[in-house]
Amino acid sequence: MQLFKKPTTFDFMSKRTMAVTFSALLILISIGSLATRGLNFGLDFTGGTLIELGYSHPVDLTVVRSTLENSGFPEAVAQHFGTSKDILIRIAPQEGKSNIDISTTVMVALRNVEDDEVEMRRVEFVGPQVGEELTNDGGLAMIYALIGILIYVGFRFEYRFAIGSVAALVHDVVITLGVFSLFQLSFDLTVLAAILAVIGYSLNDTIVVFDRIRENFRKMRKGTSVDIVNASLNQTLSRTIMTSVTTLLVLIALFVVGGELIHGFATALIIGVVVGTYSSIYVASASALSLGVSKEDLMPVEKEGEDLDHIP
Amino acid sequence: MLNQYPAWKYLLLIVVLGASTLYALPNLYGEDPALQVSSSRNTAVDISTQEKVRRLLQEANVSFNSILLADEQILVRFSDTEAQLTAKDVVKEGLGRGYVVALNLAPRTPDWLRAMNAAPMYLGLDLRGGVHFLMEVDVDAAVHQAEERYISDFRGLLRENKVRYVKIGRYVGQDGDSAVEVKFRSAEARDKAERLLEKEYPDLSIDDEDRGDAYFMLARLEEQEKRETRKLALKQNITTLRNRVNELGVAEPVILQQGDERIVVQLPGVQDTARAKEILGATATLEFRLTDETHDAEEAARTGRIPAGLKLYTQREGGHELLKNRVMLTGDYIIDASSGLDQQSGSPAVYITLDGKGASIFSKVTGENVKKLMSVVFIERKTETRIVDGEPVKTRRTVEEVINTARIQEQLSKRFQITGLDSTKEAHNLALLLRAGALAAPIEIIEERTIGPSLGQDNIDQGFASVVIGFALVLVFMAVWYRGFGLVANMALTFNLVVIIAVLSMLQATLTLPGIAGIVLTVGMAVDANVLIFERIREELRNGISPQAAINSGYSKALSTIADANITTLIAALVLFGFGTGPIKGFAITLSIGIITSMFTAIVGTRAVVNLMYGNRRVEKLSI
Repeated sequence: MQLFKKPTTFDFMSKRTMAVTFSALLILISIGSLATRGLNFGLDFTGGTLIELGYSHPVDLTVVRSTLENSGFPEAVAQHFGTSKDILIRIAPQEGKSNIDISTTVMVALRNVEDDEVEMRRVEFVGPQVGEELTNDGGLAMIYALIGILIYVGFRFEYRFAIGSVAALVHDVVITLGVFSLFQLSFDLTVLAAILAVIGYSLNDTIVVFDRIRENFRKMRKGTSVDIVNASLNQTLSRTIMTSVTTLLVLIALFVVGGELIHGFATALIIGVVVGTYSSIYVASASALSLGVSKEDLMPVEKEGEDLDHIP
Repeated sequence: MLNQYPAWKYLLLIVVLGASTLYALPNLYGEDPALQVSSSRNTAVDISTQEKVRRLLQEANVSFNSILLADEQILVRFSDTEAQLTAKDVVKEGLGRGYVVALNLAPRTPDWLRAMNAAPMYLGLDLRGGVHFLMEVDVDAAVHQAEERYISDFRGLLRENKVRYVKIGRYVGQDGDSAVEVKFRSAEARDKAERLLEKEYPDLSIDDEDRGDAYFMLARLEEQEKRETRKLALKQNITTLRNRVNELGVAEPVILQQGDERIVVQLPGVQDTARAKEILGATATLEFRLTDETHDAEEAARTGRIPAGLKLYTQREGGHELLKNRVMLTGDYIIDASSGLDQQSGSPAVYITLDGKGASIFSKVTGENVKKLMSVVFIERKTETRIVDGEPVKTRRTVEEVINTARIQEQLSKRFQITGLDSTKEAHNLALLLRAGALAAPIEIIEERTIGPSLGQDNIDQGFASVVIGFALVLVFMAVWYRGFGLVANMALTFNLVVIIAVLSMLQATLTLPGIAGIVLTVGMAVDANVLIFERIREELRNGISPQAAINSGYSKALSTIADANITTLIAALVLFGFGTGPIKGFAITLSIGIITSMFTAIVGTRAVVNLMYGNRRVEKLSI
């Protein structure tokens, strides 16, 4: 089966002003949301205590909440997790108190209320010093990844391509973060890992397109830079779509059956793959073009001796 | 001739495939509930221990499948967890202390595979259940304690040499600067003291300071010594934690240093986190001091006027006591402690055994002080991080209580008992702590991640389901899309999955839930290489090139693109590995392994099959 029976000849680049406007708008919304609403940081970054309990029958949250209040945790947040039998309790770091024993206290309190069996499924406690470190390290990791990639692409291609690919990456990361901020999805360590994977994926896509552009610049005798970029995008189009589809297939599997703990991870990657596919077509190539990539830049430096051989 | 592979490439593929299958195989066999017996101290686990365990189990009528002695450990396998749990109680009771009896799950890997060092993947705590603690050691407290020791040494030295001083104590300056401070009334006394101390403690740097009409001397530890002290404190704490974990009876615990002042402790299978926290985090130790009988302790507490050479303590039951400054013995010399009931009073007691040096010190000081009162001081040091005005602030606290005061009836030596404890549980815990040693510096748990067994199993099931479903979806999709070539890609993808599992098993890298997510993602992304190649072949075909040439140029033209695309993803994965902790590292590992293996299987593997199918013959049409 083939996606396109004939080689496609979409004129992607003619719509690049529209695409740039669209991207700019998305980025603006994302940055606006990040600035005003911020991210809904999970426990890994804020510190605090999280307890997941499993009951053998559906639990009434109001009972749980009042028990928590009576045990001295009025600010605890309790909610169902996955099913009505599971509850998740979040307690923010307590001002001026020792925090490590909170989980024990809560467990004892909730065990006393329900005569039914309560099972501890998960306890996470992150001290305030750890959360702060993770936030810093996470930001650093993203910057390191971007710099590493900038260097590699600059070395393998050309600095304009490197800038183009990093522009696409920043675009993808900002928009993915923007979606997490806009819908206030919980941002934890696995989501951060997913975003780094998005960087890897989106780049993968961009590289494939750039590779073809480079090849065509060397091969195609006529046509403007815009024509060549268009041709390259068309030639790689079915591959771009195919790979996105297979990746999305597994991600949807992960999202649906992977369980609650992996939800944020799958969500971030799904958003990232969709945005990344779009950005490798528009953002990366368009920015390389507007930086003035031309045929001469990509011609291999030929040795003089070689030239002579080609003379018939 | 186009599209033919030399024989060695086929051979390489067969070898890799064969080896991968073998090393991935152990993951299919499952696990037996088992009991693991190892020695905790001064005991040997040998064939006689094995026979003893066998006899104990037979006497108690607990049926087991096998019993095996290897690497100084005995492993007993059972067919169900019920037998396993009964057996634990029986063996623990029968062997007594000195042995660690822990529940475990033993892989059912057959002997012939084990002989090749093949083992199943190592599951992370989020999959098998258990506790993960990140502990921060307050290494500066060790420096504190070193200074405290100098204070009591100085006091003794100055007194012996009849140098008069006003006060001696710790000086705490800014930016972590600290010193031992001695106040003198005259410069002469100070000079004399300095000469004395410089001779006795050449490692200290000693400075003068005059404030008004008082003469001060500041003795600082050299930076080098402080560093050493901190390092040593961390090492000692790791050793102590290891002893305590042994006391808790955990199979396959992980205790690792992380950075300059942190320790990671992972206890697979542990559920009672409250007890684990209590035992691991406790810093209790004991001190024995002579009790003053000439002054009124209550009056001293009321007026705050403490007679020279004495120190005021609170009693556990309330009330106060004045004890001599000099410590007769510290808990460091204790080599064994057990709890029980005092035969006369019936109250909980701890029986203590000292090492040779401790015994000689103790018999000397108690011999000199028969008929005098002696107190046992229970010391607990705690470090906590509290949030004050939104900022984490570290607070230190030392609790010192007199738990027992008794008249020395006779010269004490190697073995004696202490009483005055609140409950048998406390006696039990104190005995355990004394046995497992005191922490060199207080420790604080700064991160805890506990996964219950049911959630662990859920994670495995859901992770497995997403791999299977994701994998199946991609297989179907590829077969529909690229027909014959799609099937070839599917073979490569299956091969890739086997290789990933084999590599993970061989490296014994920890598989976590994000790690499984990494495998799923790799499955989706691994076909990318084949998509690139196949699309290229289609393109060449459209350009009117012959099928054989199209295959050849499709593979060769896609190669550099595949390499570039994968290397950049690998960069992101490596950054993730460098930054990541625990589960995230697992993701980075599987992703990196997947990227590397997929390049091999998708390029070399598919090419080999394609060459077999089409190479060396006339081909009119490709199934693509």
